[in-house]
Amino acid sequence: MATIKKLAFVVRSLPYKTEASRLAFTHAIASQTVEIYLEDGENIEPVLCFIGNGVMNCLKNQQAMKHYGITSNEQHMKNSLLLDLKVMICKEDLDKFGIKEDALIMDAEDIGGETKAQIVPYSEIQKELEAVDHIQLF
Amino acid sequence: MGKLTIGCFSSLVGSLSLDFGVKLSQAAVQKGHTVDFWVSSNATMLSKKGQRAFKDYSALAKPLSELFATGKFKATACEACAEARGYGKEDTMEGWIRKSMDWYLASAFSADRVLLMGGD
Repeated sequence: MATIKKLAFVVRSLPYKTEASRLAFTHAIASQTVEIYLEDGENIEPVLCFIGNGVMNCLKNQQAMKHYGITSNEQHMKNSLLLDLKVMICKEDLDKFGIKEDALIMDAEDIGGETKAQIVPYSEIQKELEAVDHIQLF
Repeated sequence: MGKLTIGCFSSLVGSLSLDFGVKLSQAAVQKGHTVDFWVSSNATMLSKKGQRAFKDYSALAKPLSELFATGKFKATACEACAEARGYGKEDTMEGWIRKSMDWYLASAFSADRVLLMGGD
């Protein structure tokens, strides 16, 4: 029987100010190769949740490569969606900052992704957090 | 007995998060639990060998060696994070493992509790 453990990566940090939000992406994406350490039928299911200042990580048109010569969190977001990771963005926090959906990276269609990010009320994120095995705050 | 997985991103010098993580590991091991300790980002500094102990700075090489000796403590550093900071395999303290981030997730899979201490 398959055993899937759900891990929540809750991002509260601003992009680029620290490495934290980038680490949330890279650790969550690492779930794609975790099977090499696990038994048959075991796996990790990550969910990325962006709340508070963390919603800024989801903004389009990030210019990290241009200004710092590093990959942007936008690219990591797209890679997460390309890999079908569940991505939830807190609606109340977007409203608080006046950020509209068209300013956000909602899909990775340009690189062949089919999964879309979800803008949801915090209550849905809370429900998700109650259902996971481990929560990690970034 | 249980298994505790601790992840940390904070630097050895400039924060006491690693000190806390190591103290927590000691307490857990003393109670008979096992601990997987994962460091990424600036916390990979903890795995650097040749650290000199000054009273003004955190010095954790000795308690780490004692933890390794118990056989109930594993510490792994993110290889990419360490290499990005110029810490090569040859710079790594005895007892440490260097792996990619999937090692941490696999450790979390079988952990009874996971504690992540972020960076600053």
